Amino acid sequence: MTDYLQTVDWSRAQFALTAIYHWLFVPLTLGLGFLVAIMETQYVRTGDAFWKRTTKFWMRLFGINFAIGVATGIILEFEFGTNWSNYSHFVGDIFGAPLAIEGIMAFFMESTFIAVMFFGWDKVSKRFHLAATWLTAVGANLSAVWILVANSWMQYPAGCTFNLDTVRNEMTSFWEVALSPVAVNKFLHTVTSSYTLAALFVVGVSAWYLLRGRERRMATASIAVASAFGLVFSLVTALTGDRSGAVVARVQPMKLAAMEALYRGEKGAPLTVVGLLRPHPVNGEAFYFSVDIPKMLSMMSFRDPDAYVPGIYDLVDGNPEHGILPTAEKIERGRRAVAELARYRTALDEGDEATQREIRALFDPATPQGEEFLREYFAYFGYGYLETPGQIVPHVPTLFYSFRVMVGAGSLFILILALVWWFNRRGDLDRRRWLLRASIACVPLAYAASQAGWILAELGRQPWAIQDMMPVSVAASKIPSGSVAVTFFLFLALFTALLAAEVSIMTRQIKLGPNDKE
Amino acid sequence: MQTIRRVIRFYVEGFRSMTVGRTLWALILVKLFILFAVVKLFFFPDFLAGKSDEERSRHVMRELTD
Repeated sequence: MTDYLQTVDWSRAQFALTAIYHWLFVPLTLGLGFLVAIMETQYVRTGDAFWKRTTKFWMRLFGINFAIGVATGIILEFEFGTNWSNYSHFVGDIFGAPLAIEGIMAFFMESTFIAVMFFGWDKVSKRFHLAATWLTAVGANLSAVWILVANSWMQYPAGCTFNLDTVRNEMTSFWEVALSPVAVNKFLHTVTSSYTLAALFVVGVSAWYLLRGRERRMATASIAVASAFGLVFSLVTALTGDRSGAVVARVQPMKLAAMEALYRGEKGAPLTVVGLLRPHPVNGEAFYFSVDIPKMLSMMSFRDPDAYVPGIYDLVDGNPEHGILPTAEKIERGRRAVAELARYRTALDEGDEATQREIRALFDPATPQGEEFLREYFAYFGYGYLETPGQIVPHVPTLFYSFRVMVGAGSLFILILALVWWFNRRGDLDRRRWLLRASIACVPLAYAASQAGWILAELGRQPWAIQDMMPVSVAASKIPSGSVAVTFFLFLALFTALLAAEVSIMTRQIKLGPNDKE
Repeated sequence: MQTIRRVIRFYVEGFRSMTVGRTLWALILVKLFILFAVVKLFFFPDFLAGKSDEERSRHVMRELTD
C-alpha cells in the first residue's frame, strides 16, 4: 500500500472518530433543549415552583452536555481544510455557504440565549427567560439544519455547476441545495431521532430515581413530558426513515442494495427483517438464513409492491433491460471527463488558447455540446478515478447490520415509550420495575442506534466523498500518513477524556438530584 | 452606557454564582486551548494557505489529473 493510500485510510479513520465522538454530544442537545423548554413553559403557565425546580435540574444536565460537546465539531472543519484539501477546494463554494450560515446565524443565536437561560433566573422576566430557553433549543436545531444540508449535498450533489477555471463546483440554486429531498429527509430523520434519544435519556434518568424511590414527583412529571414527546417523535422518526429509504432508492441505489444485501435485482423484492450473512454470496444468495417480508422492499423503495429494485450485481455489471449502465462504461466515461480536464491543464501550461476554448465549450452547459458532455461524461467524473467496477460496492455486512440495529432499536423505543407513557399515566409505573430497568438500558441503546444510522449513511456512500463526483481516494490531501496517525491518537485521547468527564460530571449531578444548588 | 453596565453585571454575577459551571468552564478552556493552541498550530497547518486563488485551482487541477 502506498503512503498516499495509507493517508486516505488514516484520514477516513480520523474523520470517522471525530464525527462519532462529536455525535455523542449533539443529539442530546438537540432534544433536551426542547424538553427543558416545555417544562419551563409549564412553570410559566402554572407558576408552580415544582416545575421551576424540575426545569433547572434538566437544564443543568443540558448545560453539562452542551459545554463538553461545544467546539468538538470544529475539529471536523479543520480536517476538511487539511486532510481533505482537494475535496474542500472542489466543493468549497457549496459546502462553505451552509457552514457559514450555521456559524453566523445559529451558533451565535444559540450562544447568546444560552447565557440568559443559565444566568437569567430571577434577573429577567419569566417570559423573557422562557423565550431565551426556546430560542436556545431552536438555535441548536438551526445549527443542525445547515450541517445536514452540507452533508446531504455530499450524498446528492444538486443545484451546482462545475467551473473549469476554478476547479470548483459552484452553487446555481441555493434552494435546490437546501431543499433537496435528501436534505429535507435527512434533517427530519436526524432531528426527530435525536428528540427520541433525548426523551429516552430523561425517561431513563427518571426511571433510575423511581427505582431508588427518590424524587418521585419530579420523575413521574418528567416521564409524562418526555414519554409523550418521545413517543410522538419516535413515530415521526419511523415515518421519516421510511421516506429516507424511498429517497435512497432513487439517488443512491447501491447504498440500498448493500444495506439489504440484495445481490440480484428483482421485481417484488422482499425486505429482510433479520438474517445471517455468508462471508461471500453463493450464486447471488447472501444469507445462511433470513426472515423476509415479501414485496416489502419494492413497496418501501418505490411505493409499488411489484417495482423492480436493482441489486449489487445489476449496478456493477449493468442491466440494459432496466436502463442501468455498466460501471465499466461509467468508468470509461469518467476517464474521458478527467482526460479533458488534464488536456485543459496542459493547454493552460502551454498557453494553447484554441484548445482552452474548445474544452471550455465542452464544460459550458449553455452550449449543445457542453450540455451533452456534462450529461454523458462529466456526470461520471468520479468514476474516472476507479480502477475496477467492484470498487463501487460498500462494505455490505456493516451496512446490513447497522441498518438492522437502527431499525430494531427504533422499533423497541416506540414500544418502550408507549408502555412507559401508559403506565405512568395510570400512576403505577414505579411498580413495573422491569420496565424501569428497560428504560435505563434504552439510554445507551439510543446512542448505539443513532451512531448506527450515521454509519449506514456514511459508509453506504463509499467509495464516494461526493456521490459519483469524487471518490475518497482523490479527495484527501497528500500529507504524510504518519502525521495523520499521530493526530488520530491525539483525538482519541482528547475525546475519550471529554467523554469520561461528561459521564463523570453528569452521573454525579444525577446522583445529587435537583436539590443541589445551581 | 447604563445598558452595557447592566449586561456586564449580568454576566459577572452569572459567572460568580456558578458551581458546576466553574468546572465546566475550566474544561471548556482546556479543550479550546488544546484545539486552537496545540492541534491547530502544530498539527493542522492550512494545506492551501499562502496560495492565491489561481494557484489553489492549479494545485487541485494537478492533484486531480496527475
